[in-house]
This record gives sequence, C-alpha cells and structure tokens, in this order.
Amino acid sequence: MNITEKILAKASGKTSVRPGEIVEANVDMVMVHDLTGPLAVEAFRRIGMEKVWDNQKAVVILDHQVPAESVKVAELHKMMRQFAKEQGIRLYDVGKGGICHQVMPEKGHVLPSTVIVGADSHTCTYGAFGAFATGIGSTEAAAVFATGRIWLKVPSAIRVNVEGKFRKYTAPKDLILHVIGKLGAGGAIYKSVEFTGSTIREMSVAGRMTLCNMTVEMGAKNGIVEPDETTRDFLKGRTTKPLAPFESLKSDADAAYEKVVDIDVADLGSQVACPAQVDNVKPASELSNVTLDQAFIGSCTNGRIEDLRAAAEILKGRQVKDGVRTLVIPASQEVYRQALNEGLIEIFTDAGALVCGSTCGPCLGGHIGLLAPGETCVSTSNRNFIGRMGSTQANVYLASPATVAASAVTGHITDPQELEASKA
Amino acid sequence: MKVTGTAIKFGDNIDTDVILPGKYLVLINPRDLAKHAMEGLDPAFPEKAAQGVIVVGGKNFGCGSSREQAPLALKYAGVKCVIAESFARIFFRNAINIGLPAIECKGISAAVDNGDGVVVDLEAGKVQNVTKGKTLQAPKLPPFIVEILADGGLIENLRKRLKKK
Ligand code: SF4
Repeated sequence: MNITEKILAKASGKTSVRPGEIVEANVDMVMVHDLTGPLAVEAFRRIGMEKVWDNQKAVVILDHQVPAESVKVAELHKMMRQFAKEQGIRLYDVGKGGICHQVMPEKGHVLPSTVIVGADSHTCTYGAFGAFATGIGSTEAAAVFATGRIWLKVPSAIRVNVEGKFRKYTAPKDLILHVIGKLGAGGAIYKSVEFTGSTIREMSVAGRMTLCNMTVEMGAKNGIVEPDETTRDFLKGRTTKPLAPFESLKSDADAAYEKVVDIDVADLGSQVACPAQVDNVKPASELSNVTLDQAFIGSCTNGRIEDLRAAAEILKGRQVKDGVRTLVIPASQEVYRQALNEGLIEIFTDAGALVCGSTCGPCLGGHIGLLAPGETCVSTSNRNFIGRMGSTQANVYLASPATVAASAVTGHITDPQELEASKA
Repeated sequence: MKVTGTAIKFGDNIDTDVILPGKYLVLINPRDLAKHAMEGLDPAFPEKAAQGVIVVGGKNFGCGSSREQAPLALKYAGVKCVIAESFARIFFRNAINIGLPAIECKGISAAVDNGDGVVVDLEAGKVQNVTKGKTLQAPKLPPFIVEILADGGLIENLRKRLKKK
C-alpha cells in the first residue's frame, strides 16, 4: 500500500484498502473558517444535536475576511465565536492566528498519519506532514461535527518523483505550476498525488506545503509527502501528542501507482500560470509583455517566512514600480512576527509595498485588494479563475514569490533571473 | 428517482468562482445566492434556470473552492440536476449533500444541445435526451447516495439515521 492507503486503512479499522473502495473513516481533526463555518453551524443545528462529537478535534479559524469588512461579515464572525464558545472548540480569532492552512500545522493540529478534513479545498496542504487531508463542504463538516466520521472513496495514486537541485530563484511554486501544466487542471481528479525523490526529501516544510496545497488545482483528493526528520523538527514544541512511528508511514516498495511522473528541477525556470486556468502555464521569460497593476505576495500557498525572504531578497534596496500597488500579507501572526524580527517588513515598506495583517486578503477577492475591470495582477496565490480576485474582467497570473517581487519592480512579468542578470 | 428539465450547456473546467463569485459568500439565504448563480459566465442564468433546468457540463465541473454556496446557488436558481463528463470531487459531494442530483456521464456534451429535454433516472444511471431520442448509460450512483438525494440531502438523511439508532 502507499501512505494514503495505509492511513485510510487504519482510520477505518481495516488491515488493507484498495483504490475505489468506499470506507468510513474516523476523523482526527475537522476545521471550518469564517466563510464555510456559518453554513456548517446552520446545518449542525438542523441535525438537532447539542454537542459536537469531540470538541478537542474541531477548530474554527477566522481568516478569509478579517478583520470584518462589513456589518454582515461581523455578524458571521460573531456567530462563529458564539458557536466555538458554546461548544468549547478552539477558535483562532483576529490577531491570534492567520490563514487556516498555516495556523493548523503551526499550532500543532496537523500530525502525521491522521485524517483531517476541512471545509476548505486547500485542506490538502496538510499532506506535507504525512497526514491524509482533504477538503469538504459545510454540510459535510456539520455531519463530521455530529458523528466524527466520513465516507471516503480510496483514491488511486499518482507519484511525482522529483530529483535535482533548484536553480537560484526557482522554487517549489515553479515546480508545482510545472506539474499542473503537465498533468492538467483535471489531471488528478479523485486521485492522491504523492511527492517523492531527493528534491522532496531535501525540501523545507514550507516548500512541501506549497506543493500539496496546489494538488487540488489538478483535482486531487489529497497530496502527500512521507514524514521525516524535517517534519519532526517542525513539529517540535508545537504538539505534546505522541507521534506515530514514521516507519509505518512509508509507501511500500510494491505500492501501486496509476502513473509515475519523473521531473528533474535542475533545468526548471520560473513558471507562470496565465488567465484563467491554473494549467495554462508558461515560462515567466515569455511573458514580459504583460504589464501589471497589482502584485500580491501572500496566501496559504506562498505566505510563509521562506516566501517572504525570497521576495525580500529581490526587493531589498529596490522600489516597486509606480502604478504597481504591491501587497505583502504574511500567512500568519507567527510569520508576521518572524518577518518583523528579520527586518523583512522594513524591506517591504522601504520598497513601497503595503504590508497587511494576516488574512486571505485579495486571494479570493472577497475583502481587500480587489481588482477593477481591465486590471492585471501577478500573485503568489493558487487560483486565477475569472473573477477570483475581483472583477470578472480582471486578469490574474500566478507565480512564485521571487517572480512576483521581480515583476513588481519592473512593472511587467519578469523572470527574477533576468532582473538579477540586468544588475550585473 | 427521476428528474426532468431542459438542458443548459457549459464547457470544461467550470470553476466555483464563476458558479458563485467569492464576493457573494457572505449571503446566507440560498435564494439570495441563486440570484448570482453562474454570474461569472452568464449573468442571465438565473432567469433562464427559473423554470427548471438541467445543467450539462464538460470535464472537471465545479473545480476550485469547497464553497457549498456554489451548488446551493444552482439548486435554488432552479437547476434540477447537473450532468457532467466528470466532476471535481468536492463539488460532487457538496451537490449530493445539499440534495442537488449530480451524475457523471461520459459523452453527455456531444449528446445534448442547449434547450433539449432531458430525463435522468438516478438509480438506473440512465440519461435520456427526449428531444433527440437518445439514451446514455452512466455509472449508477451507489445506493447510499441515492438515499441521501431521496431524503433531500445529508442533514435530513443523518437525522433519519440518528433517530433509528
Ligand atoms: S489564502 Fe486563498 S486559497 Fe488559501 S485559504 Fe485563503 S482564500 Fe483559500
């Protein structure tokens, strides 16, 4: 069996499972946020149960529209606070957490070998820690609140084996955009995507999160990476719970995969997903004719300290181009504080970028930093669908933090390698 | 369980941001959501859907976010069923969970034109184009999913099951 199958077998009390089989799994953790939570709470009330099955296994995170931008949103936040209080559920409020997919692992809610469901499609991010994690809807989250269980079809798997060392200024974001371009937006529907190979073993937790985060953009049910010492180091001090032995969390040598994709990152350049599909991927160097109105560095894909460092390295001593408003949003309060300590916030503000408090922000076009008709944005987030960041007549390009930073400086989409070369 | 309606066709990779743009996620009443169904592609959709339609989609229908507001908006706009070549998994689960029939049927895009009358037998997996006199066989939905749909959604189904215990 592969890791995903092993986790699902254990969670459903079986010795083995096979792709296509429907299992009823015990859930170790369920998460809802401010946009999916209210519907979940309503549905939970309709079930007619008083208490959630286990209040230690549920988390509420306010992140999508924080701080509240309207009275309507303030009401929804209030409703979520009340629900969390009445149920004794852990709630991460404004200023205490950040973007859900960053907060969950940071606060120790994501452990290897567990089953985690979240009312958000990018819940698949937690596969970076060797957990089985997948997105569900609000009604289903309510059902999990009530029962602690969920039916799941065991997915067949694609293995993406990655070797080689990244060139300077290329990053896991370039890798995952390349993979999505190759497999297509529907290339992994219902499937598990497992990342293996020396490049993954050497990759930081942040990079693995970026990869797993975007597996849903190929339709995947989950993304997953074998947990190892890097995982253990990250979890140190974040959880007091005993960790499952990692030896049992390796895919067997004879595990079956529907497809194996081999990638060498040694000659991978900066990649960009063009409007309005994530699989519309082109080299950044071919897009220098795309002029920009906004640049966004943040989101659950690329708002971590490693991402901010990569952007700051380019923005240090430079100015963002007039006419390109540049937003930097740390993925969590912890990331914000670290960026502050490392002097990154100063670099960003000196460069003329606006640093906002931790929130999803412009990523989903619901709150701050929306685009007007005809405007173009380059973003480190994960979706470029029509209307995703505001007007349905705006264009969104997706890229790595280094590419977004370089583009903010020149005012058009720019391969960071070229910007650096022009300096020399 | 049978559903009937006229077809409205869409292409591949119809994502949840066009089905229901993020800025409307603050709306809680499904009737308000319905007013913006498919706004990203066709702002006149709610008007067209009002008499009861069947949405025919291509590959990867409903890709993108986990927002249940997307199928909710379709359902309350008057969509009786969504038939697609394939679905994004969260959209599929959400549709079933809120009681909107969704069925995967290979070849559906080629077999149906806008405005055709369509009848779907969910248990049997039969999709009939009554205008063209064609029938397609889709994979049957598992019985527990048909039961959730027959009950009107997961919550109603769960209430029933919890009562039995
Ligand atoms: S940052 Fe964007 S993709 Fe991530 S959870 Fe927030 S809205 Fe979703």
